[in-house]
Amino acid sequence: MNFYATLLIALKALRVNKMRSALTMLGIIIGVAAVIVMVAVGSGARAQVEAQIKSLGANLMMVFSASPTFTGARAAAGATHTISEEDAYAIGRELTDVVVAAAPALRGSGQIVAGNSNWSTSFYGVTPEYFDVREWSIAEGRFFEPAEINGAAKVVVLGKTVADNLFGDASPIDQTVRIRTVPLTVVGVLAAKGQSPGGSDLDDVLLMPITTARNRVLGSTSLAKSRSVGSIQIKLIDGIDSQYAEDRVRELLRQRHRLQPGQDDDFTLRNLTEILQTREESSRVMALLLAAVASVSLLVGGIGIMNIMLVSVTERTREIGLRRAVGAKAGDILRQFLVEAITLALIGGLVGVLLGSAGAQAIGALAGWPIQLSASATLLAVSFSAAIGIFFGFYPARKAARMSPIEALRHE
Amino acid sequence: MSAPPSVQSPLIRTVVLAKDYRLGDTTVPALRGVSLDIAAGEFVAVMGPSGSGKSTFMNLLGCLDHPSGGEYRLDGQEISRLSDDALSSLRNRKIGFVFQHFNLLPRTSALENVALPLLYRGLSAQERHERAAHRLRQVGLAERMGHHPVQLSGGQQQRVAIARALVGDPALVLADEPTGALDSRTGVEIMALLQQLNREGITVVLVTHEHDIAAYADRIIHFRDGRVVDDLANRQRDAQADLSLQPAPT
Repeated sequence: MNFYATLLIALKALRVNKMRSALTMLGIIIGVAAVIVMVAVGSGARAQVEAQIKSLGANLMMVFSASPTFTGARAAAGATHTISEEDAYAIGRELTDVVVAAAPALRGSGQIVAGNSNWSTSFYGVTPEYFDVREWSIAEGRFFEPAEINGAAKVVVLGKTVADNLFGDASPIDQTVRIRTVPLTVVGVLAAKGQSPGGSDLDDVLLMPITTARNRVLGSTSLAKSRSVGSIQIKLIDGIDSQYAEDRVRELLRQRHRLQPGQDDDFTLRNLTEILQTREESSRVMALLLAAVASVSLLVGGIGIMNIMLVSVTERTREIGLRRAVGAKAGDILRQFLVEAITLALIGGLVGVLLGSAGAQAIGALAGWPIQLSASATLLAVSFSAAIGIFFGFYPARKAARMSPIEALRHE
Repeated sequence: MSAPPSVQSPLIRTVVLAKDYRLGDTTVPALRGVSLDIAAGEFVAVMGPSGSGKSTFMNLLGCLDHPSGGEYRLDGQEISRLSDDALSSLRNRKIGFVFQHFNLLPRTSALENVALPLLYRGLSAQERHERAAHRLRQVGLAERMGHHPVQLSGGQQQRVAIARALVGDPALVLADEPTGALDSRTGVEIMALLQQLNREGITVVLVTHEHDIAAYADRIIHFRDGRVVDDLANRQRDAQADLSLQPAPT
């Protein structure tokens, strides 16, 4: 007996009890739909986190001057700037086993004026390492050169948002902007990055040589003397344990700042990648929970199939006896019921895929979550439901195949 | 041995055929050594009270069961040691069954019901349907091929079942109380049909407990306590029949 004929018999048997077949499939449908939704939401979240890590710069760690709560006690030391440019260079020089680059940054803010437009934003005094650490790339023009850093050249690189607001569609290159009355020449525009994980505009930024910021724009003598900076941004070696890297950086800074054991740090370390990874981890835990629920549902669905197939075998005992009498081999009967169970499970799986995909789209649209449907997850879910059909269909099918034809024919 | 002398190679030959059933620790003998021949073209009725072993005998003849002892040759082939699969294909090719309760598949057309045995022979749908249609015409149901069993009368259902028994061109038709679920007038029609098929050359073995049904057969075999107690030719009694047989009251 060929497979096609067997399949037709199975479909016919399922059509006879439409309601029962549909209810039996429900467990599989729910299970598969849950898997599809879970993977779509999970991989969407993961893709979003990956994009955010990319926008910040991968493996990014930041050192800030100590938080204001204990700078109050050290107000006399002047400013809250407890870390210096030298600290950044020391990290870059001495911790080459954990750090790719360390970039000092001085932050300021103010009104930027170009012709008759103006824009209020933050500006950073940076060194060339900064572009590397934060993974900025240039859309137009160029970055600063080392000579411009050393000479405190009056040059500036604009973020996309700043460039758009000051110059509109015109090219800002070689144009002059003024910050706190200091005129600076635009040499480059950064490629757009979009939003940070916190929702702020990463492109609303203006970069100038650190020397220019310190000596010409911020113009503070105390700053100039100490060469202190607001933050050091560190790019860690890919795959390095971030806790270990943090410990190494902390150890070096404490030593440089001559802090005694027991004394509090006068700086704060933040590992942004780690924060994001924690978020990704929690979405993965959610996904695992959903997976557990989905597999329980698939299991229950499979048991439902087994239950209904057992009922069906009992109901159709005489049919089995008749088929055996007219020449069906035990294997024919086994295949017939197995194909019926697999068909139940597979149809349930396919309906589940359709419902799950629609559900994922709906969740994406309603909750505003990023959704990523995955072909491999779909394939996996469908083949898993077929496997459930085989696994839970085998026992009833074998029971049918092992019936004695005589007893089966005599069955009332 | 009760082989009619005119037959060289019988269609059915059983030699001390026995069947025991195991009920817990005790063994119940259902058939205690039955030896008989049935020639091709015979119309045989098997009779006997319940528990006489006639059903067991029919199950063995139908290759639905393995004997516990003895031999059974169907069409020259020893079947007692065949595998389950071999028995299935033997039933498919050599035996047609007619049951008391028709045993048609519900929600399935008469044509599909008749074609069912050919499905297990691996024939194409077209050939299955052609042969099934031919047999349905033969039993007088040319107009009812698309009807489902519930749309047919009892007699019509049994005709479908007979067409199904014939569709595989079997050597033997086994009918188990074929009129048991029918009123007497329809029963007569069904027996007339079986008789007509027999005249066309098909061997029919029939189980019944009604004497007027058995009267359609050429030969009546009586069973009691797992043995043949009486085996005689009906109407045209053969004078040369085995001397041990007792004449039946007519």
